[in-house]
Amino acid sequence: MALADRWLLPEGVKEILPPEASQIEAMRRRLLDLFDSWGYDLVLPPLMEHLDALLTGVGGELDLNTFKLTDQLSGHTLGIRADITPQVARIDAHRMRNEGASRLCYCGSVLHARSTQPLASRNPLQIGAELFGHAGLDSDVEVIALMIATLHKAGADQELSLDLGHVGIFRGLMVDAGMTSAQQNEYQGMLQRKALPEIERFLKTLDVDERVLELLAELPRLHGGIEVLAKAKVLFSDASEDVLDAIAYLEELAQRVAKRFPELDLYFDLSELRGYNYHTGVVFAAYTPAYGQALAKGGRYDDIGRDFGRARPATGFSADLKTLVDLASLQVAQVSLVTAPAGEDAALLEKINELRAQGVRVIQALSGDNQAVKSSAELVLENGEWTVKGL
Amino acid sequence: MKQQLTIALSKGRILKETLPLLAAADIVPAEDIFSSRKLIFDTNHEHIKFVVIRATDVPTYVEYGGADMGIAGKDVLLEHGAKGLYEPLDLKIARCRLMVAGMKGAPAVEGRMKVASKFVNITRDYFAKQGVQVDIIKLYGAMELAPIMGLADRIVDIVDTGNTLRANGLEPMESIDDDISSRLVVGQASMKMKHKQIQPILDKLAAAIDAREAEASV
Repeated sequence: MALADRWLLPEGVKEILPPEASQIEAMRRRLLDLFDSWGYDLVLPPLMEHLDALLTGVGGELDLNTFKLTDQLSGHTLGIRADITPQVARIDAHRMRNEGASRLCYCGSVLHARSTQPLASRNPLQIGAELFGHAGLDSDVEVIALMIATLHKAGADQELSLDLGHVGIFRGLMVDAGMTSAQQNEYQGMLQRKALPEIERFLKTLDVDERVLELLAELPRLHGGIEVLAKAKVLFSDASEDVLDAIAYLEELAQRVAKRFPELDLYFDLSELRGYNYHTGVVFAAYTPAYGQALAKGGRYDDIGRDFGRARPATGFSADLKTLVDLASLQVAQVSLVTAPAGEDAALLEKINELRAQGVRVIQALSGDNQAVKSSAELVLENGEWTVKGL
Repeated sequence: MKQQLTIALSKGRILKETLPLLAAADIVPAEDIFSSRKLIFDTNHEHIKFVVIRATDVPTYVEYGGADMGIAGKDVLLEHGAKGLYEPLDLKIARCRLMVAGMKGAPAVEGRMKVASKFVNITRDYFAKQGVQVDIIKLYGAMELAPIMGLADRIVDIVDTGNTLRANGLEPMESIDDDISSRLVVGQASMKMKHKQIQPILDKLAAAIDAREAEASV
C-alpha cells in the first residue's frame, strides 16, 4: 500500500465523526433507556469468542460472514461476532439459568466479513432485545411492540410497514414433500428470489405427490396484504398440522399487532425465511419508504440454546444503530458553548469548573491558538468577577 | 396518493421487445425512447417512470433501490448473482442460449483450459460443476476472436442463431443454459412497501405474456 493510501479504510468499514458520533451515543442511551423501561437487562457479550460457540446452531451463512483469527494462547480458532443474538442466547442458556422468562438487551459493534446488503457497513452497531423462556404469542407480540416502540423512539415516525412471515410453513411443507437436502436448498434459493419460472421448471423434475407440488408452486406467490392468509388457509387446507398451525399463529399475531398499532401497514410473505437460518417460527421486519432495506428485523428461534445445555424458546429483534440515526436525523440539543480565556487565574478556573458542573460546555483557550471557536458566549472579567457574556 | 415507481429497462435488443409487452400492460412512454437521448422517461401514468440503462446495470439499480423494478436478461442475472432481487416473471423475450464454443473441430484440451468470457462467474460455476479447473479471461466483446488469436481455448457466450460463431470458424460445443430469456425483477424492499402498486403490473404483464404466447402457438 502506497504511503498516500494509508488513510483509506478497508472497504465497507465506516468511522463516525462529530456530530454524528454524539447523535449515535444519544440514540444509544435513549434506546437502552427504553429497553430498561420495558424490563430488559443489559448484557455486554465479548467482541470475540471461540468460533464454535459463535456458530453453534446457526446456518453456514453466518459462518461465511464471521471474521476468524487464531488465539495465540491456545491455538483455537476465534471468531469476531457477526451477530450478537446467538451470544445472548448462549448467555441465557448457560449463564443465567433462571427458569422463567428472561429479557435481555445489548448494543455493540459487530463485524461482517461480507456486506449483507449493498452499501451496508461491514461494522454495524447492533442494538437489540431478546426474550427467552416463553413460547407463544405474548412474547412475539411484546417483541414486535418493542421493535415498533424502538423505531418510534428513534424518530422513524413516517409510515412504517411490518413484514410478517412464519418459517414453520416452509419447514412443514419440506417435511410433506420429502425432498433431499440438496433439493431443499435448491428450492429454498429459488424461493428467496421468488423465481417463479425456475421453480416451475424445478418442480417438474421432482417425484413428489401432485398435491404437494401444487403447494410448492403456490408458496412463492403468497405475499401481499392480509388476504394472503385467507388464501393460504384454503390452499393448505389438507397440508400437515404444522403448516396449518403456523398460518393460524400468524393470523392471530397479525390481529393482535394490528389492534395495538392500527396505523401500521402489514405485509405478509409466507416464503420469507430471513437472515441466518436459525429462525424457527415467526419472522418479522420493519420497513419505511425512506430506506430501501429493513430498518429492524427479528423473529423466533427456539432451538439455538440447545447446544449450550438447554433449549429455551426465544424471540427477539435487532437493528443497526447507525442506520437508525441516519434515518432519524436526530436533533441533539445543542448545549451552549462558552469560551474562556487562557490562564491560571484561580477565580477563572473556579468559574469554569462551576459552569462545567452545571453541564455547560466550556472551552478554555490555548495561548497561541488563534483559531476562533464558534461559541455562543464567553467568560469575561467584569468588575473583578468572571461572568458569562452572550455574543 | 400513489407511490412513485421506477422501472429500469435494458437498452438495445431487449428494449424493442419489452415496449410492446409494457404497452399491453398499459404502460407507455410519453415520448419515443429510440429517438431521444434522454435517460429518464415519463409514461402515461403519472407515478411510473422508465430509466433506460445498460442491461448489466439493471440488477444493480434495482438491488440498490435506484429503481423498483427492472427488465434484464437471465444471463445478466446469473452473472450478477441477483441477491436481494425477486425474479417473479419470465417475459419470454430476447430468447437465446448460453453456450461453450470453440474452434470447429478443436481437440479436447490437455491440461488447464483457458476460457474467455464476459460471464466470469457463470463460467467458473459451470466448469466447477463439471469438475474442471479453468483459467478465465475476462473480455468485454467479440469473444469469437479469442480462440482465433490463440488467447483462449474456449469461449462462453450467449448464442442466438449461431451465425457469428460459424462466420468465424467456431462451433457451439456444450450448452450451459438452453433457456435464457428476459426476466422482470423487483427489489425486495420495493415489493414489500409498494406491493399494492407492483402486483397489478405483474398480473397485467403475466396476462400479456400468456396472450402473446397463445397467439404465437395458433
